[in-house]
Amino acid sequence: MFPTLKGQLPDNIVTTKVDDVLNWARASSVWYLLFGLACCGIELMQTGGPRSDLDRFGAVFRATPRQSDLMIVAGTLTYKMALRTKILYEQMPEPKYVISMGSCANCGGLFQLAYSVVKGVDKIIPVDVYVPGCPPRPEALTQGLLKIQEKMMKEKFARRAS
Amino acid sequence: MTFDEIAKVLQEKFEGSVPTTDRAGDPFITVPAAKIAEILAFCRDDAMLAFDCLSNLTGVDAPPDDLDVVYHLFSYPKRHSLTLKVRVPKANARVPTVEGVYPTANWQEREAFDLVGVIFDGHSDLRRIMLPDDWVGYPLRKDYKEQEDYHGMATTRPSLLNS
Repeated sequence: MFPTLKGQLPDNIVTTKVDDVLNWARASSVWYLLFGLACCGIELMQTGGPRSDLDRFGAVFRATPRQSDLMIVAGTLTYKMALRTKILYEQMPEPKYVISMGSCANCGGLFQLAYSVVKGVDKIIPVDVYVPGCPPRPEALTQGLLKIQEKMMKEKFARRAS
Repeated sequence: MTFDEIAKVLQEKFEGSVPTTDRAGDPFITVPAAKIAEILAFCRDDAMLAFDCLSNLTGVDAPPDDLDVVYHLFSYPKRHSLTLKVRVPKANARVPTVEGVYPTANWQEREAFDLVGVIFDGHSDLRRIMLPDDWVGYPLRKDYKEQEDYHGMATTRPSLLNS
């Protein structure tokens, strides 16, 4: 059916699938939104810092949603902020992903009986990965990023575009 | 000055000032709501009292039918402090603003309005300060009922443990 290319191409050419190349490029440069809401934001900074170093996975922070692929909701989300969070999410270009970081973002956490706290960020935007913890350690958040990368590698853009 | 000395000055000067000393915590003086701005101006300007700092202004729900507004004064030159209280009915919770006496009261009165629902007559900018402008109700009142949802977000999350 398909002619084999083995031996017909020079050594410096590799063959692969379009989806794999696109996904590999995207997963290797996950730019996340600089978005710390509460104390988890401090741990998010720590994760981006030199010791746990998210940069080595190609993830760097961007200060605008328009250049971001990933939103890490780090901290307690109030109703007042929820409306703004939704706007930020809508401003991110597709494909976009969301990590819910910490108990507060997952379900309201410690403050879920409070009148002003949203009971989980998934009430307003779709969440791909939930990272538990109060706050999660940098290792946990790094694991969350790796999960996002795994998910990215399974996307099928070429087929969807046709 | 001690609390008793301050209370004596205020009682002589302003009719209706009632000191309370037998409760746990700081002693306080309950004063008529209508005169609060005048009383605070006196406390600030009197040479012996010299309360130059309104360190805190807050509202408290006093069930079943009342609201308290609490004024914490401190004097840097005299190193003494004073707590004043005003009691108003919940149905008509109106207190004159003291913004003209202590400019710092502006935001503190907005906070008391936001969370407890005290209306400060004469305030220059009485809007909610922390909650969104379209919030319904005053959450620190004892009889506050949380809304079912806010802009389509449900305010409850079913527990997985109970299902």
